[in-house]
Amino acid sequence: MFYREAGDFKTTYAADSQTFPIKFDRFRYYAVSFVAFLIIPFVINDYWVNAIFLPFLIYSIAAIGLNILVGYCGQVSLGTGGFMAVGAYGCYKLMTAFPEVSIFFHVLLAGGITSIVCVLFGLPSLRIKGFYLAVATLAAQFFLVWLFNRVPWFYNYSASGQINAPERTVFGIEVTGPNTEAWATYLFCLVFLTICALIARNLTRGTQGRTWMAIRDMDIAAEIIGVNPLKAKISAFAVSGFFVGVSGALFFSVYLGAVEVGEVFGINKSFLVLFMIIIGGLGSIFGSFAGAAFLVLLPVLLKNVLVGMLGWPTDLAAHLEFLIIGGLIITFLIAEPHGLAQLWRVAKEKLRLWPFPH
Amino acid sequence: MKMKLATMALGALMAAGPVMADLVFPDLSYRTGPYAAGGIPFSDGYNDYFTLLNERDGGIGGVKARVIECETGYNTEKGVECYEATKGEGALVYQPLSTGITYQLIPKVTADGIALHTMGYGRTSAANGKVFSNVFNYPANYWNGASLVVNHLLEINGGDLGGKKIALVYHNSAYGKEPIRTLEELSKKHGFDLSLIPVDHPGQEQKSQWLQIRRERPDYVTMWGWGVMNQVAIQEAANIRFPMENFIGVWWSGSENDVLPAGTAANGYKAVTFHNVGSDFPVFDDVQAHVVDKGLAAGAGDQIGTALYNRGFYAAMLAAEAVRTAQEIHGVADINAAMMLDGMEALEITEDRMAELGMPNFGPSFKVSCENHGGPGTGAMAQWDASAKTWSLISDFNASDMEVIQPLIDADSNAYAAENNIATRCN
Repeated sequence: MFYREAGDFKTTYAADSQTFPIKFDRFRYYAVSFVAFLIIPFVINDYWVNAIFLPFLIYSIAAIGLNILVGYCGQVSLGTGGFMAVGAYGCYKLMTAFPEVSIFFHVLLAGGITSIVCVLFGLPSLRIKGFYLAVATLAAQFFLVWLFNRVPWFYNYSASGQINAPERTVFGIEVTGPNTEAWATYLFCLVFLTICALIARNLTRGTQGRTWMAIRDMDIAAEIIGVNPLKAKISAFAVSGFFVGVSGALFFSVYLGAVEVGEVFGINKSFLVLFMIIIGGLGSIFGSFAGAAFLVLLPVLLKNVLVGMLGWPTDLAAHLEFLIIGGLIITFLIAEPHGLAQLWRVAKEKLRLWPFPH
Repeated sequence: MKMKLATMALGALMAAGPVMADLVFPDLSYRTGPYAAGGIPFSDGYNDYFTLLNERDGGIGGVKARVIECETGYNTEKGVECYEATKGEGALVYQPLSTGITYQLIPKVTADGIALHTMGYGRTSAANGKVFSNVFNYPANYWNGASLVVNHLLEINGGDLGGKKIALVYHNSAYGKEPIRTLEELSKKHGFDLSLIPVDHPGQEQKSQWLQIRRERPDYVTMWGWGVMNQVAIQEAANIRFPMENFIGVWWSGSENDVLPAGTAANGYKAVTFHNVGSDFPVFDDVQAHVVDKGLAAGAGDQIGTALYNRGFYAAMLAAEAVRTAQEIHGVADINAAMMLDGMEALEITEDRMAELGMPNFGPSFKVSCENHGGPGTGAMAQWDASAKTWSLISDFNASDMEVIQPLIDADSNAYAAENNIATRCN
């Protein structure tokens, strides 16, 4: 009834090619942005920002990055943890080397560095595909973690090999270090997420996205119709690397504040982000958000319900959490192999016909 | 979705919690994951001591102690969540039992004005109270541990380690890397060769490391391991027939869980410790009467008297004594986090006091001061008897080589102060 194309007349090309062609979607997007930017910052506290919003926002960026590579371009990567580590260590080296520069630029530069590293490790993708590429990126994961553990220059020769985020500001407001306000860190990450999501959305629905999808669907056919696989694959690695690097930099500097590469950016992180996009939906920006929300928020929610409300022992709750989340993942994937994004797509199709289905 | 939001909001409310007259001790424990074997007994001991105080004495100074347990799984992200969830409840002191989480909490607790006690772990240079106002690591730290191992080897070798080879098998993390600096200094001082052998998390696979040890044939092996890594290392050492009496672990590699899987092959394995071992203390009778028999024991209740249970118990005892000190200083029974800091800084543990608590000779007697948050740094060597299945002390509580350690502490803490623009206190 209210969710349909009909009656929403587009009179300019710009209006015709906008991101959300349906009015309802558009207003939903405005409403979410309004709440995220203008309401949440005023009500947020330390617990909500550190336990819920920061991980959600940052993992969303990582999931969008990986989704471009895996979901849109079809290049399976198990190196996300390692690439996030590049972002984190890049940001750390920049933060300590140029303390007077705004952290905003450090995060962007860290994304750029990761982008270059990611392209380097993406070069084998021109020769190898599928599972074999997954193994090659797995090598990147282990190599990068080993590198950051092994070479003291990366952690400024500290005794423990840990990197600690010093206090840095944006427009005089602290966003890293211990004395930050909840709203400042939240907004800082939200701005990055918004920029990344906008860029990703517009890249994927333009020429670039179409070449990626052509390569994903059938690379030989894509080559025949004139898609350059070198350019398509390398650009996917570069863009993906940038987003993953930004998320790694934020993960270290804003969220955790102190990082040890083996523990935080291990193979588990690669799998976690991969699961996010598989559960959320491959090849969907919304899916990246949904997957990140599912795997970040659900454990916290379950913990609060089981331990906080029901008063169960923490170990029982922790084990039960694994069971419930594992069970839910299997249920979701059996019910909808294309992830949460597909559920959303189906819901939208149904909404178009509602209340008069055929 | 609404339902979800409502439960979530409720959950957060519960986490924010009402403020009652009680003393809150968050217990960031880990009863799951590859480090659970170490996390469970420690947390049980920590919980049981406060349960004992509540049941037997009605709390500390008349105010009940409340332990909030939060599962971290030794994971830093969950550690952050746990810290944020519990800090609003009037938390007095955090004991995360994880060096990784400690590093994260050091700036946070300093900003929030809460104490952090990392007993025998965490950032070693936090012993310098001039720089680390909210962090305590008495009675001993990693560098004391490293020095105590070397002192023991000196003793065995008649005071000369020249030309000997010592290998350090360590957890490849902040925790495992901590002793390297001290061992390097000590190797210069005493003339032994040090070889470093890292083991990656979680340490279930150590074939190549022990092959290296077999090839290099070090005279002694010392280990900075935790969780499942310890058991595997001791098993591997047994497999290559490395003499167990030449294999010395730090205190985190010296629990029953670490040696039992290797069976009789682990006989003679040594570990340094900063507190006493065994269940032969009068206080454990009270635990039996007031906690276990009433069915209030934490966890499965089967850990009493094990090395790590005793350590958790000891940690709780030191926290409770600090509360008592704070209550005396401020004349208030229901103290807050700032008063707790004063209490910890003025803490004095004497032989008499430990005997009074039913824990004679359980740990060293020491006094904390504004400058020294690290305690005396003494420790003893314990040896495993596989047939009796007990640890026993084979040395007294000896001093470590502060001549080497103190300059290292000063250098590292001053570097931290410079990096973070911290003005030194206690002047």
